[in-house]
Amino acid sequence: MCLGIPGRVEAVWEVHGMPMGTVDFGGIRKEVCLAYVPEVEVGDYTIVHVGFALTKLDEASALETLELMRSVGMLEAELVQGTNPDAPGEPGPGRHP
Amino acid sequence: MKYLDEFGDPDLARRLLDDIAATVTRPWALMEVCGGQTHTIVRNGIDQLLPEGVEMIHGPGCPVCVTPLETIDRALAIAATPGVIFCSFGDMIRVPGSHGDLFRVKSTGGDVRIVYSPLDAVRIAQDNPDKQVVFFGIGFETTAPANAMTVQVARRQGITNFSLLVSHVLVPPAITAIMESPSCRVQGFLAAGHVCTVMGMAQYEPLVAKYNVPIVVTGFEPLDVLEGIRRTVRQLEEGRAELENAYPRAVAPAGNPVAQAVVEDVFSVCDRAWRGIGVIPRSGWRLAEAYADFDAETRFDVSGIITTESELCRAGEVLQGLIKPVQCEAFGTTCTPRSPLGAPMVSSEGACAAYYQFRRLEQPA
Repeated sequence: MCLGIPGRVEAVWEVHGMPMGTVDFGGIRKEVCLAYVPEVEVGDYTIVHVGFALTKLDEASALETLELMRSVGMLEAELVQGTNPDAPGEPGPGRHP
Repeated sequence: MKYLDEFGDPDLARRLLDDIAATVTRPWALMEVCGGQTHTIVRNGIDQLLPEGVEMIHGPGCPVCVTPLETIDRALAIAATPGVIFCSFGDMIRVPGSHGDLFRVKSTGGDVRIVYSPLDAVRIAQDNPDKQVVFFGIGFETTAPANAMTVQVARRQGITNFSLLVSHVLVPPAITAIMESPSCRVQGFLAAGHVCTVMGMAQYEPLVAKYNVPIVVTGFEPLDVLEGIRRTVRQLEEGRAELENAYPRAVAPAGNPVAQAVVEDVFSVCDRAWRGIGVIPRSGWRLAEAYADFDAETRFDVSGIITTESELCRAGEVLQGLIKPVQCEAFGTTCTPRSPLGAPMVSSEGACAAYYQFRRLEQPA
């Protein structure tokens, strides 16, 4: 029930003054109410729950979280091995949570 | 799919698991509040990959599961009333009431319809002016903005043949109830990310302070859950109790103020009985006085409800994290998704359903 699915806003319009949009969820498109995310534009990602967009997905923050996860344990590994060529994503030095 | 697949990366999962293992020096019991997270944990075997001693206790965050039996029985009675179109999220259809479920009402001639969005129910009301359309408005804070907006839309458009049977529940009072329980073993919480998307994080500060318990706002993909666990364990090991946000891509500290304003307009806080748990003070939302004309409970005079709960079902203990589903004698034998004794066996967020779907073959016969 609390599941929110991220999707990309494909189109935006209004019905009786209510902002609506088409959101693409990896190929499945749904009509979604955008009244709670007045700032979203076509091309933005949003998290949708029971037909309502609840927030604009913060893409910079998503990338930052992934980067942070990639860096978990990296400093220790580097200290032990000197380098870690197998690490996915190759984060820069000194990035430790 | 973008922003889903990246958060299921197995290499990164291993990295987070290794870090948790390197951090842990003694046993810890964490609770994931939300049933969606329970399903992520069980489906991906996260609890089995965690270092020994880190236990995940499954919380009560399954709105379908905690909707009081009396409300389910009321829904069944309203749905069976001639001239009513009863609309509900799909999850509710197989939830057992005292006598049958909505599916059975439908099979005996009731007009029960599954909708994706509550706005669909308003459309059905517009298309059927000679019928009374009732929407079963349940859910946590995540779902409340959708249901609240739907009531506002119905009022604005002058739709009078629409009403809501409301049974909304709130997370923070549930955390209080869990912490106040004498049998509480929880030492840290993963808070439900999308609840905080709506409500923000401020409500959790007093809980962190009062109970000296770490609370980490957590998302729903495998990496999100692992990161929530990793941060909670790190706090516990370091003797800290703080409120952290491990899901910043969807949770702003203030939440969604537009949604909060609409919810506050349409709903007001009330005491709520949680199925299997009991009454938790100020743990629910009902329609505010100004919207009382949309209340299905007053519109339909359904009296004489006498509830009877299954004597075998231990859903209440499962919902409070006191037992795992497989410890219930009825699990997988007299209680299955096709023939459930309790709601957690049929909800997509129910712990029993998660264990039945992904774990039943692992259990000794």
